[in-house]
Parts: sequence; structure tokens; C-alpha cells
Amino acid sequence: MSTTVLTPYNSTAADGRAGFAGLLHAEWTKLRTVRGWLIALLLTMVLTPTIAALDHSECTVVSPSGNTGCSATIGPGGIAVQDDYYVLHQTLSGDGDISARITSLTGTVPGGSTHNMVQPWSKAGLIITDGTSPGAAYAAVMGTGGNGVHMQYDYVHDTAGMPGAVSSASPRWLRLSRSGDTITGYDSADGTNWTPIESVRLAGLPDSVQVGMFATSPGTTTSSSSSLAANTSGGSMVLATGTFDHVTLRSPTASGSWTASSVGMADSPAAAGGQGPAVGAGHAGGVFTVTGAGDIGPDNGGTPVEQTLTGLFAALAALIVVAAMFMAGEYRRGVIRVTLAAHPRRGRVLAAKTLVIGTAAFACGLVGVALALPIGESILRSNGNYFHSVSTLTEVRVVAGAALLTALIGVLALSLAAILRSSAAAITCMITCVVLPYVLAKMVLPSDAAEWLLRVTPAAGFAVGQTMPRYTFVSADYSPAAGYYPLSPWQGIAVLAVYTVAALTLASVLLRRRDA
Amino acid sequence: MTSATSERPASGIVLRTSTTVLRSWAPVLRAEWTKFRTNTGNWWLLGGLVVLVIALGAVSDAVTGCAAATCDTDPGKTSLIGVYAAQAVAAILGVQAIGAEYHTGMIRTTFTAMPHRISVLSAKAVLLAVTVACAGLVAAQAAAWLGQLVLPGRGVTPADGLPSLSPLHEPMLRAACGSGLYLALIALLSLGVAASMRESASAIGVVLGLLFLVPLFADALAPATWQRHLEQIAPMTAGLEIQATTNLAALPTSPWAGLGVLAAWSACVLAIAQILLRRRDSQ
Repeated sequence: MSTTVLTPYNSTAADGRAGFAGLLHAEWTKLRTVRGWLIALLLTMVLTPTIAALDHSECTVVSPSGNTGCSATIGPGGIAVQDDYYVLHQTLSGDGDISARITSLTGTVPGGSTHNMVQPWSKAGLIITDGTSPGAAYAAVMGTGGNGVHMQYDYVHDTAGMPGAVSSASPRWLRLSRSGDTITGYDSADGTNWTPIESVRLAGLPDSVQVGMFATSPGTTTSSSSSLAANTSGGSMVLATGTFDHVTLRSPTASGSWTASSVGMADSPAAAGGQGPAVGAGHAGGVFTVTGAGDIGPDNGGTPVEQTLTGLFAALAALIVVAAMFMAGEYRRGVIRVTLAAHPRRGRVLAAKTLVIGTAAFACGLVGVALALPIGESILRSNGNYFHSVSTLTEVRVVAGAALLTALIGVLALSLAAILRSSAAAITCMITCVVLPYVLAKMVLPSDAAEWLLRVTPAAGFAVGQTMPRYTFVSADYSPAAGYYPLSPWQGIAVLAVYTVAALTLASVLLRRRDA
Repeated sequence: MTSATSERPASGIVLRTSTTVLRSWAPVLRAEWTKFRTNTGNWWLLGGLVVLVIALGAVSDAVTGCAAATCDTDPGKTSLIGVYAAQAVAAILGVQAIGAEYHTGMIRTTFTAMPHRISVLSAKAVLLAVTVACAGLVAAQAAAWLGQLVLPGRGVTPADGLPSLSPLHEPMLRAACGSGLYLALIALLSLGVAASMRESASAIGVVLGLLFLVPLFADALAPATWQRHLEQIAPMTAGLEIQATTNLAALPTSPWAGLGVLAAWSACVLAIAQILLRRRDSQ
């Protein structure tokens, strides 16, 4: 009887890749070899630029400033500005100084009631400007309808002076002093004790400038339509009238006679209508009145960069489906049992899946948005829209931020699928929590409820595309319906990241605790 | 699919009277009802739908602030805003009604037992429509009733063209009942999409994309002249016009016509689903 030695079979094949790298490779293989998922990932990449290329929006929407969105007045630094006002001015060569007392600032609606309709940012005061063509460099000190005295220059710079409203009982003394290209604004309650507000340098200011008294006022505030409000209340234009006395112009060269000019108002609806009280200026016994409408400030009409990112919502819908199925699909076919048998450390399995879907989503989002921006911009421009260009740094932020947003939403969908173990439930939850709040905020809810939604839901992350700045000193519609988010781009992304991290943590705990 | 009819003469199907059709359809309906009733998930979803409509409506009523003189808030849309979220639940119900059968393979048993695709699909559709409409009507009536209690305290009072906030009178009656029907039509649309795609996850993505993204893109991308037309044909914007109670003249279509557009969507998708079910293998 001979003894047979049984040798256990040993595979001669090389050992599989050990550790986390092997796990990553396994998960990547799962993702890329399902044809439907690969198609969905491709859609994540191409939907954003494709929809940007299909943009047919036209520049027919009239902004509160009266801008049609097709063109813009360009101010110093190449930014779009609104520059509509009425001014009594004369030429100042070299250094000089103008001061005046403003005794009233009132507002009227042409053809409307005799009620004082002065707006919080109705303005009347003194201005030194590089000419009366719209978009010229300027510095001005002014009384406002509801915000006290302010000094503003070159459209986007603003400094507050004395608080309180202008009236004959409490008039305001204003002064602008020029020395070379430096202009200093002062205010005073009595005309003897002057307080400097700010000294500003207007680079390249020529020797000969215009100096004078101006008045202007934005119209009554328009609220963007939300479908909960039945009627959209359109704003009406307001004419501001400033009354000045004690006007003193100290200059070696001043001619002494005032010229009245309407700046930029040719394209405002006021000039076209021509009914009711008109813009203009009067002078009697040392008292000057100036009446104007419009605004001097930045103009946010036209099309912003974020318009090119509209297609991201469709791209995200495709990504949500693939990310949820990438996780829940394991439960559907029972693959999860094989996966966990091969890699019993469940936390690492989830980490590998997160890393794979996060990286794939980030890459697809990055390519898609990087393509959508230039494509959308050229389409919008060729349709005749005015496009608000932004700095390269801001563009990089928008592209990188949108890619990060895509990655976070992919991971959130994966985590929800791991928690719910059903792809249909996870997809519904994701679209209801991410896309629906945005749709409601943009199209249905009144602005306070809409802002609240965009602060507390994962839809806050969409703020990362925001490029249009808000100005505290411009009365404009900054509601979500007009495209403004209540949170800054990175705050918005942080809100989404909090949801993602919380869901991922819960998913990891549940994956460990539950039976597969 | 011809096995059940092969013993009969070729003309038998054509010549069957409506009573025999009903007699053969009733057991299918009963079978589908057993499937629906014994799945606890369905009852949770229906409960969730009711809670969403009432709770979100209550929040919306409570936060509405309106100065009486310039108040332009639409009481119907305000009280019934929960329907926006509840339609996602109706969509899951519709998708899962057939998607779950494809998921588990049950669909093969179903079609073996009842080879007439149209009997199965119509039984599912009737069941789904009735249950979702019942839940939706109860929820919407409750939400409208809450609105009647809360809104006058928030400054929304009956105005011109709006005789009463009562859910028993026009136009709140129409808004509330229409919202229940809207949810049922969304469930039917979802059933049709899921039956065509044979897969729950992608079907729910397609349905919610159609509902939420089409109006978003119409709003952002289309020229002003197209926007109104797109609002008239997009299923969500057209269907939810049924909730409008003030300023009806400014609507893209009349409320009932809007709901009719959604009904046409659901009917078309179900018809396509029926054709595909007849032509394709069950898995």
C-alpha cells in the first residue's frame, strides 16, 4: 500500500493587487464596464456644453435700470455701468473747489400722485466728471433719499458720510475739492465745520473737467415675478429734484455760467415717454433746482457667466442616476456579498467607491463646464446679448467650483443609495432635495422663502457659479428669481459639503452595522 | 402572448362582448390590488404624499406675509405648494408599480398568468390612478382647508375675482380637486415611463427630469416668444395651472386645459408603453 501525498493546488497566477489600490481598481472596473453607466457619465460631461450651445435667450428683458440687456455703457475698468442723470455744470481747468447747500430732495412719479416718491437711493449732489458722455470717470458727493450723505466714484466705489435725510430743517452742506487727479469730498451740517469723507484718485483725469450739481433717481423697485404672486408689479420711473443754494465755485478759470446737460438719459424710458414733469434745471435768486432720473452706478443687466451653466442641471441628473446605481446596483444583484467577501473591511469599500465616483464626477464636471463657458459665451454674444466678462481668476473659480459641486453631488447620491439600498429611492431623494429647491426658488416662491431654501438645502451649492456682485448702494432686484444667491460661492459649497459628509458618515456606519 | 387565445377561433378576440372583457379583466384587477395592498411600502408612500402636501402647505401658509392693500398672493398656489414635492412621491409610486416587478423578475410570472399586456397595464393604471387620486384629494382638501384658516390672518383675504377662500367653492374647490387629479396623472405618466424603460432607477430620473428640468430650461434658455409655448406644453407647468386662483387671464392656458395637457402626456406615454410591452420580451 503506497502512500499518496496530496499536494494542495496552488495557483501559479500572480497574486491580485493587494490593498486599497486593488480595491480602487476593482471599483473602477465595475464603473467603466457597465455600458449604461458609461453613457450616463459621458452625458454628465457633454450635456452642459451641449445645452449651453442651444441657448436661444434674447436680450429683450428690460432691467430695472432701463437697460435692454443688448448693450451696455462701459465705464472705467471696462465694467458695465449705468450713467443717467441731469446736471448743471461748467468747465473747471486745474485745481478748484465747489461747495453747496442742499435743502431738499424729493421724488415724483411722472403722471402719478403728488406724493413724495423719493427712493432710498435717489441722489442729488455735486459731481466732478471727465465730461458728460456716459461712462466717464467721476467723483461725486451726494445726499440720498434714505441713506444719508455718500461719496461715490467710478460707479462701484461708495463711502458713507453723515447719516440722516435732507430737508430744509436739516440741510446738508457738500463740498468737492480737486487737486491734480485727487478729489476729496466733504460734508457738513453748518457750512463751517467740514468733515472729509474720502480722498480718491481718478487716474488719468484730464486738466479740464466738468463740475456741477446733479440729480438722479432709480425707479420704484420692481419685484421679479414668482408664480405665487399673481401679478408682477412693474416699477415706474421716479424723477428726483434736488434744491441747492449757497453754491460757491472757487477756481481761477471758471467761466461763471452754468450749462444744463442730460447725461445718458436718451435711452431711458423717461425721455421717450415725455409726459408729466420733465427732467431739467432752474435757477432763481441763487437757488438752483435740478431734476433727473436714472442712476449712476454699476449695471447688472445683460447676461452673466452663470447663464452658460444652465445645462449643469441636466448633467447632474444623469450623474445622480449613475452614482446611485453604482452603489445600489450592488444590492440589486447581490454583488455586494461578493464585494464584501473579497474586501471584508467595509469602510474601505465605501471609501474606494466614493473616491472612484468622486473623481469621475469631478473630471466630467471639469471638462463639461470648461467647454460650456466659452461655447455659451460665443453663442450668447452672437445672439446679440451683452455678456458680462469676468476675470480669468473668477472663470477658474467657476469651473473648479462647478467640478467640485459635481463631485459632491455624485458622492451624496452614492451615500444616499448606500443608506436607502434602493437606487429609485435615492435618485428621487436626490432630485427632490437638490434640483427641486432650486426650481422652486427660481420660479415659484416669493424671494424671502426662496432665499431661505437656498441657504438650508443642498441646492445652496449652486451658488458656486455666481459671478454677478451685489452692491449695497444700488437698488436692484437681488432675489433668487433674478439669479442672486443668498450665500457666497464658497459658503454655498460648504453647505452642500456638510450634507455630503453627514450622508457619507451615516452610510459608512450603516454599511458596517447592517447585514449585506 | 398568443398562447391564451390559441384555442379560440381567430375572430374570437374581436367578437368578444364587453361583458366578457370585463369578466376576464376583473381577476387581473384583483390580482394587482392584492400585490399593491400587501406591499407596505406603497402605504408608507401614500401616507408620505398626504403628509407632504399638508405639512408643506401649512409652512407656506404660515410664512406668507401680505400687506392687504397690495396683496397679490395666490391663495391656491400658496396652500397647495406641497404638491411640488408630493409629485416626486407619486412618481415613485407610479414607477415602482411596474419597475419593482422588473426588478424582482415577478413580471415574468405576471405575464405568464395574464398574457394580455393591456389587461395588466390597464389594471395597474386604474389602481394607481384611484389610490393616488384618493390620497391626493384628501390631502389637497385638507391643505386648502388649512389655508382657509391661516391665510386671512396673514393678510390674504378674498379679493376681486376671488369670492371666497373656502375649499367648497370655486376657485379653491377646483384648485384642490385638480391638485389631487394632477398627482394621479403624474403617477400614470411615471407608470408609462417605467413600463417603457423596464428599469426603475432610470425611469424615475427621466420622469423627474421631464417635470423639473424642462420648465427650468424654458425659463433660462428660450427666447421670450417661445417661453409661453413651452410653459403650455411642459407637463409640470401646464398641469399645475390648475392651482391658480387669481389673475387667471395671465395664465398661458386655462386651468383645466393645462391639466388636459398633462393628461395628454400621460395618455401618450401609456400608449407607447402598451405598444412596447406587446412588442418586447418581458425581460
